[in-house]
Amino acid sequence: MYNFSYQKAASVDEAVAAMQAAEDGKFVAGGQTMLPTMKHRLASPSDVIDLGGIADLAGIAVDGDTVTIGAMTTHAAVAASAEVGETIPALAALAGNIGDPAVRNRGTLGGSIANNDPAADYPAALIGLGATVKTNRREIAAEDFFTGMFETALAEDELITAVSFPKPEVAAYMKFDNPASRYAIVGVFVAKTGAGIRIGVTGATTCAHRGKRLEQALGGELNAAAIDGVDLPVDKMNADMHASAEYRAHLVKVMTKRAIEACAA
Amino acid sequence: MADNGIGASVRRKEDNRFLLGKGNYTDDINVAGQTYAVFVRSPHAHATLDSIDTSAAQAAPGVLAVFTGDDLAADGIGPLICGVTVTSDDGEPHRAPMHPALAQGKVNYVGDHVAVVIAESLAQARDGAELVQVDYGVLPAVTDTATAADGSQQQIHEVAPDNMCFNWPFGDKEAVDAAFDAAHKVSTLDLINNRMVTNPMEPRAALGEYNSGSEEITLHLTTQNPHVHRLVLSAFNQLAPEHKLRVVGPDVGGGFGAKIFVYAEELVVGWACRKVNRPVKWTADRTEAFLADAHGRDHVATAEMAMDENGKFLAMRVNTRANLGAYLSTFGTMVPSYLYAFLLAGQYATPLIYSEVKAVFTNTAPVDASRGAGRPEATFLLERLVDVCAADMGLDPAEIRRRNFIPTDAFPYQTPVVQCYDSGDYHAALEKALSLADYEGFAARAEEARSRGKRRGIGLSSYVEACGIAPSAAVGQLGGGVGLWESAQVRFNPTGNVQVFTGTHSHGQGHETTFAQLVCDQLGVPIENIEVIHGDTAKTQFGMGTYGSRSLAVGGVAIAKACDKLIAKGKKIAAHALEAAEGDIEFADGSFAVAGTDKAMSIGEVAFNAYVPHSYPEGVEPGFDENAFFDPLNFSFPAGTHICEVEVDPDTGVVDIVRYSAVDDFGKLINPMIVEGQVHGGIAHGVGQALLECARYGDDGQLLTASYMDYAMPRADNLPSFDVDYAPTDPPDNPLGVKGCGEAGAIGAPPAVINAIVNALGVKHIDMPATPENVWRAAKSAA
Repeated sequence: MYNFSYQKAASVDEAVAAMQAAEDGKFVAGGQTMLPTMKHRLASPSDVIDLGGIADLAGIAVDGDTVTIGAMTTHAAVAASAEVGETIPALAALAGNIGDPAVRNRGTLGGSIANNDPAADYPAALIGLGATVKTNRREIAAEDFFTGMFETALAEDELITAVSFPKPEVAAYMKFDNPASRYAIVGVFVAKTGAGIRIGVTGATTCAHRGKRLEQALGGELNAAAIDGVDLPVDKMNADMHASAEYRAHLVKVMTKRAIEACAA
Repeated sequence: MADNGIGASVRRKEDNRFLLGKGNYTDDINVAGQTYAVFVRSPHAHATLDSIDTSAAQAAPGVLAVFTGDDLAADGIGPLICGVTVTSDDGEPHRAPMHPALAQGKVNYVGDHVAVVIAESLAQARDGAELVQVDYGVLPAVTDTATAADGSQQQIHEVAPDNMCFNWPFGDKEAVDAAFDAAHKVSTLDLINNRMVTNPMEPRAALGEYNSGSEEITLHLTTQNPHVHRLVLSAFNQLAPEHKLRVVGPDVGGGFGAKIFVYAEELVVGWACRKVNRPVKWTADRTEAFLADAHGRDHVATAEMAMDENGKFLAMRVNTRANLGAYLSTFGTMVPSYLYAFLLAGQYATPLIYSEVKAVFTNTAPVDASRGAGRPEATFLLERLVDVCAADMGLDPAEIRRRNFIPTDAFPYQTPVVQCYDSGDYHAALEKALSLADYEGFAARAEEARSRGKRRGIGLSSYVEACGIAPSAAVGQLGGGVGLWESAQVRFNPTGNVQVFTGTHSHGQGHETTFAQLVCDQLGVPIENIEVIHGDTAKTQFGMGTYGSRSLAVGGVAIAKACDKLIAKGKKIAAHALEAAEGDIEFADGSFAVAGTDKAMSIGEVAFNAYVPHSYPEGVEPGFDENAFFDPLNFSFPAGTHICEVEVDPDTGVVDIVRYSAVDDFGKLINPMIVEGQVHGGIAHGVGQALLECARYGDDGQLLTASYMDYAMPRADNLPSFDVDYAPTDPPDNPLGVKGCGEAGAIGAPPAVINAIVNALGVKHIDMPATPENVWRAAKSAA
């Protein structure tokens, strides 16, 4: 780790002001990606602005058919939340399967989506559920938020405050774990709402995306067999020592079918 | 005797401090004036060192010194050595390239040591290391085991033409070839044994202190063998004379072989603390552990078996290429030779075996012993080949094993590959394992799984291994530079409690309990009054350390022999005190008694008399403290049958181990709970190799699996609840009747797992690790 200035912000405004004043600042939420990166000297921000002291960024609220989760809410809190468990059980289950207990007790929803690791779990849920990302400036639809590998629509000094999720009729997340890191080699989030079926896919490509070919094949029905005939573009898939592009494309279909079956069950 | 004697599952005495975070590991030790070392490591797999500029680093804040290979050479320190000679087919000893602790002229793998920076703080040492300017002349890298020595690759060391370390043939080639020519059937299998990173939980560390008054160096190390470290560092690396070097291996957080060897960092830290006249500390981070700990395995082989019309094995032929990495580690040459080829008979009465091992250099981390060391490679090859033989002959895998096992009445059994097995009952272990695994009921379970879209498979592995290393004369004949006896000292204090000093080293095995049970059983002293002491050359007499599952089979016997001496002396003392003839004194349950009378005195009273000899037998020395050395008569040959049952998801290739049954012969068990723990851990290690673990290098020699993000270790959810049982025999060559148990699981498990997967899919072979994608592809090809 290289030297840096540390500041713990007490409010969103203070955090944003600190960021604007910094030469090369970074917000830190749970720090589960950022701190290891800094420890390995792969990142060297001039200023680290800690969001952990901003009380109103954490918390879970249900209002009618909308679940709003504060950006600083930990994975463990989402997993344990009775409200989330009742409204969107698939989301609570997803959060409960991120990393290990230490990661879940520190890692946050906002930190995860701001980092936008191509193998992270939450982006699939946001896209699958059609969630809305709320920042200190605006609201961004999930599909527009995730723009590329480790890239989002956020401006440098823009801060996620919360994410609101509409309650689906039914939803399920199926993840194929990387045997080493336990990140998603492929993760598929299927949600059925009044507006139809949405599918969010993570791990497969450079950035989580909506599985439109898969959605089209379903034609609004939760029918796993309909996925069999879908042709996914192998050349768009990630490939690494753990899974080739061909295998990933295959896994997207298998995980989609299993998520549909879980929804139907 | 005693609820806590031999055969009792006594809870581990050492766990109190381990589980409460009160252990004392090398990195826990901090001394006044301590400085920190950081190594500058090569980012290239193969390069000339064209220049090293240390001036900016020297001038950096807090930096005390920057050293390179030239500084070590100027002081005559090093190079690192390999302690076992293997004679190549040209009659010459194996090719041994110079292995400087800090590189000179050239680097040969990613992580190779270029320089060391010593600073007041760790952060300052890191900053300094980044300021060392090195010009590298990058050369092509050699990484592939199969082709490294085929003449087409970049030469790595001048002394090793074609990157060949040795070509070591063993056996009667003509007779074997003739048997193959006359055979009814020949089965053949090509296979790899995947490269492993050993991954003990605690990374390696070293803390060196120099006392300029006594001119003594104290080196705290993560070591499995403090005296071996001291001997090698003194006799071969010129660090300091043995009597001026103290090596302390305090609590060590796992070793699995990786902490046997004398590493560059250890030598450099020991030398640098005298150089800067300040204590110097180095602790590897996990990346350094991946890059620069000795790796294990990494073979490519072809195995062939010749059979008669009944599936009886007539002869075996094996051709192996073994990757030794960039340099020879301390015992690197021994692993793919003596610890491998001498185990190729396995449990079978195959009369003729011919093996040829070509050991090659590559631009990868040095390869050396890792839990099992050679025997897992031999066992995987043989037990996979036997299943191929069974398939080729249309025999059940259990039946072909039965037909070829060494008969139970044939022990001691001389194999055609040097080893003479002292005891075994392979049929008993097989039949017990088949029953434990409900082998009969497998077909019904497979049918039921198929109805759920899953494929079930069952796999056997009947292994034997040679451990309890080793008879010193045999070691010498094979080109080893050491004796492999073990020593012990058992000391009564005047107040009756006992200190047991052992030359073995415990880094998780539970010796502090097992050895205390031995003494408790033999001397009748309550276990809470016995302390086992190890790991410090200033405390223990001498010792060869812990590896090769030798601690109980060799070190335990030394302790028992020291206890025998105490009993013999105690009889003299008791006879005098009880006014009886020495020959009339009987010792049992901690009491010396005059036969046929009620006159007796406890061993504690005898010890007190020995230290307060006011009324004492003439000619007997005071004190109650005995030493013993034990040189084993033979290796120890644990054996058993492991049966693995898997369920494969053909849609994803995921393998679920649903059942695992192990029946082992470890002779007499001292602490069954500890033994079972060793079995569980060994199987987990073997499952890791079979399903998950693989150290992969890119063509450019970069280690692609240099962190736990990419190197998959086995976790609890990869493993079933194991069914463990025993089929013991009594090894006549071991005075305690015990065999080693620490490596057996890692040796027996990989072929059991792979045989089960192969059985589930109906394919001939699948290489390790059987990752989901590999299994998925195999399932597709078989469908």
